[in-house]
Amino acid sequence: MSMILLAEQVLNGLQLGVMLFVMAAGLTLVFGVMGLINLAHGSLFMIGAFAAAAVAGATGSFLLALAAALAASAAVGALVEVVVIRRLYNRDHLDQVLATFALILIFSEGTRWLFGSFPLFLNIPPYLAGPVSLPGGIEYPMYRLTLIAVGLLIALGLFLLISRTRLGIQIRAGENDREMIAALGVDISRLYTIVFAIGAGLAGLAGALVGAIQSVQVGMGEPVLILAFVVIVIGGIGSIKGALIAALLVGLTDTLGGVLLPALFKQFMEASAATSVGSSLASMAIYILMAVVLIWRPTGLFGARG
Amino acid sequence: MTDPMMTDPVLETRGISKTFGALQASKDISLTLMPGEIHALIGPNGAGKSTLIKQIAGGLRPDAGQVFLQGREVTGLDTPARARLGLGRTFQISALAMEDTVLQNAVLGALGASGRPFRFWRAALGDKDLRARAQDALERVGLQEHAATRTAELSHGQRRQLEVAVALTLRPKAFVMDEPMAGLGTGGSLRLTGFLDGLRAEAPILLVEHDMDAVFALADRISVLVYGEVIATGTVEEIRANPDVRSAYLGDEA
Amino acid sequence: MITMTRETLFNLAMMAALILFPLWAWLADEPFMITLATKAVILALAGVGLNIALGLGGLVSLGHAAFFGIGGYAMGILASHAQNYTPLIETPFLIEGTKSMPVIWLVAVICSGLAALAIGALSLRTSGVYFIMITLAFGQMLFFFTISWPAYGGEDGLSIYVRNGFPGLNTLDPIQFYGICFALLALVLFFAARLARSPFGLALNAARQTAERVETVGISPYKLRLTAFVVSGMITGLAGALFADLNRFISPTMFSWQTSGEIMIFVIIGGVARLFGPVVGAVIFIALEHLLGGLSDYWHIYLGVLLLLIVLFARGGVIGTLTGREVAHD
Repeated sequence: MSMILLAEQVLNGLQLGVMLFVMAAGLTLVFGVMGLINLAHGSLFMIGAFAAAAVAGATGSFLLALAAALAASAAVGALVEVVVIRRLYNRDHLDQVLATFALILIFSEGTRWLFGSFPLFLNIPPYLAGPVSLPGGIEYPMYRLTLIAVGLLIALGLFLLISRTRLGIQIRAGENDREMIAALGVDISRLYTIVFAIGAGLAGLAGALVGAIQSVQVGMGEPVLILAFVVIVIGGIGSIKGALIAALLVGLTDTLGGVLLPALFKQFMEASAATSVGSSLASMAIYILMAVVLIWRPTGLFGARG
Repeated sequence: MTDPMMTDPVLETRGISKTFGALQASKDISLTLMPGEIHALIGPNGAGKSTLIKQIAGGLRPDAGQVFLQGREVTGLDTPARARLGLGRTFQISALAMEDTVLQNAVLGALGASGRPFRFWRAALGDKDLRARAQDALERVGLQEHAATRTAELSHGQRRQLEVAVALTLRPKAFVMDEPMAGLGTGGSLRLTGFLDGLRAEAPILLVEHDMDAVFALADRISVLVYGEVIATGTVEEIRANPDVRSAYLGDEA
Repeated sequence: MITMTRETLFNLAMMAALILFPLWAWLADEPFMITLATKAVILALAGVGLNIALGLGGLVSLGHAAFFGIGGYAMGILASHAQNYTPLIETPFLIEGTKSMPVIWLVAVICSGLAALAIGALSLRTSGVYFIMITLAFGQMLFFFTISWPAYGGEDGLSIYVRNGFPGLNTLDPIQFYGICFALLALVLFFAARLARSPFGLALNAARQTAERVETVGISPYKLRLTAFVVSGMITGLAGALFADLNRFISPTMFSWQTSGEIMIFVIIGGVARLFGPVVGAVIFIALEHLLGGLSDYWHIYLGVLLLLIVLFARGGVIGTLTGREVAHD
């Protein structure tokens, strides 16, 4: 296998990883601060993608489309938090799972009702289209490279938000002691709505960004949601740092596994069998990674020790 | 009571230490629980009593030191294994199956004692042996009238009694009781004091308790734990007279 | 005690309905109605399986599609080899496919039990929200595996042309196949009722409420839960084999997270931790799918709203609301 192909796969892995991080960051924040497991996070990803596709279709502007994705998903997130989610904070996880599962059904079918069952397409803007030449003779799509950069910028922004701002202090306090922040005079229900809306906005933004390299359709959110779950289980629930490291680990494992495992099996198997065994195993690679991490550390790499 | 120096301890810790980050919760703690005695463990809040109890009962592994039950080292065993070897424990905050009846809670204890919980067919409450053992324990704490009551409907005091009853079904070799008097009124406290007084003949009790009247009435020996360290062990009189104890602990209350 | 009898009466009425409705459909020559009833009974069986882990053990597994799918694929793999006259394995010894239901059931139950043992052993090292996410992830792992595994149809799934056989019965006759499924459901319900009252059930139920207490009487909550998870997986696997036989088709959809979610939904709609909760829930689910699905293509919206209302306002599910005894959960 050529080094160029390998380098491309590493970049693909990074791109998948940073997008997973943007998804997982919202999930892990919401769980860390409010103790809520939100299955409908994937729906917010989908809403962002649809909002972007609709606005891009109407205006032709990709940046406007991204802004619409962010605004729509954050607004839907805030609305859902106020109407449904805040009734769930003091419920057990089973209720949270069921209610947010119900939200998935409502959002998925609602979107199908509004937009129909056919996939929409969100085009990469011309100034980001085409390949770019990297050192070492690697040709890599400009758009995917942009995704990596944007994802890392978002990660940096989140770290700054949490470590440097007033809101960040409140979020960190909320993770440790809910009663204390109430005692400090912070309006908890407003804080929760803001945190949920931030998570929702990030998910919607990720949906719009990823929507340009795949089709925008109902049900696109859940596979990403489950990958994001794997990420926060590996990283440790509530840890943003853990989410970033785990997201990159998962992204790289998934893409490299798809290339390396079939190649590995070709060393001692007949080619077509090696491809089928290798790709079957590769499809399970990130889950095997998760199992290994759990055997080693049941609360994830950076989770609070139980 | 027999002379503690002449027999082997039922329960013993040797040099137990445990740190959480910068906090040393247990410092080289060596305690013995002799046959027939009630050994009270007292100390101010945050002295490390709960941490010590967890290390003895199995919820927490000490960083250093050993725990022995009837001369057998149990340091590496988990809570269920220690319970099967004869350690009966009650909790400071009642840990009971609240949706179940009082009898079901007691049968759970009997089931643990039977060593055969993995039976899938015959009804648990239909098993004569389990039932007899459970009812016997309920009678001893005076809860037989409430066997069919849902545990959530019991008063606080009755829940404390049920805690003790579940431990009794195990017929343990040693009891570890974490504040059994907590939240009881004077009457309830006195009744439980009387009961524990008789219980020591069956199996010795390591008693963590804040109720000083109960401690002074019951204890054969008292150990005082301050900042994770045993600063004194002795009879009630010795502890009362000990100047260190007075300044570190009793002085605060007097 | 009065509400207990009310629930028992309700259960008996439910059993009667499950006998009378298909009988009516048979007499009225409505085979489609029999098929609907069969689907409800099979899904109920899957739910009874999940309810042992969820209701009795408090284990919120979002990955039970894994066992449903394994049961289905056990049927599909064995039957496809039998219909193609190709052996399953030749070395080290010969294993042939089969079209015999009892053999298929046995294989489905064993395979899903082994999978539950492996998945449970790992997942039960964690608890709470980790457990939910991990079971979901393991289900998804098998979903992607079946999609990328070309031998048995991959993404497209696999058709079995003739329904498998049961000695002495014509399984192609809808009412006879219904009878088989109903009998299995009745047997498993009887087993589940015994299990709930058994020493194991008592200890498992206590471990859900207070694991600490169970430990201090010398019983390992981990072993209780793992056992419950395995039993639960086996029953759901059996349901998967029947479901595949009903449709004469298997596909990765059986493994999808939506399948896990739907099984959990009707357990909750009916009433969690109640013997007949999954049965009532499955019947309502199938009825809604049939009635609302006929009215609107978007019936999942109504299902979503119904589920949301039940979760927020009627935690005892339908049985709890009708018979008035709430199951406390906190």
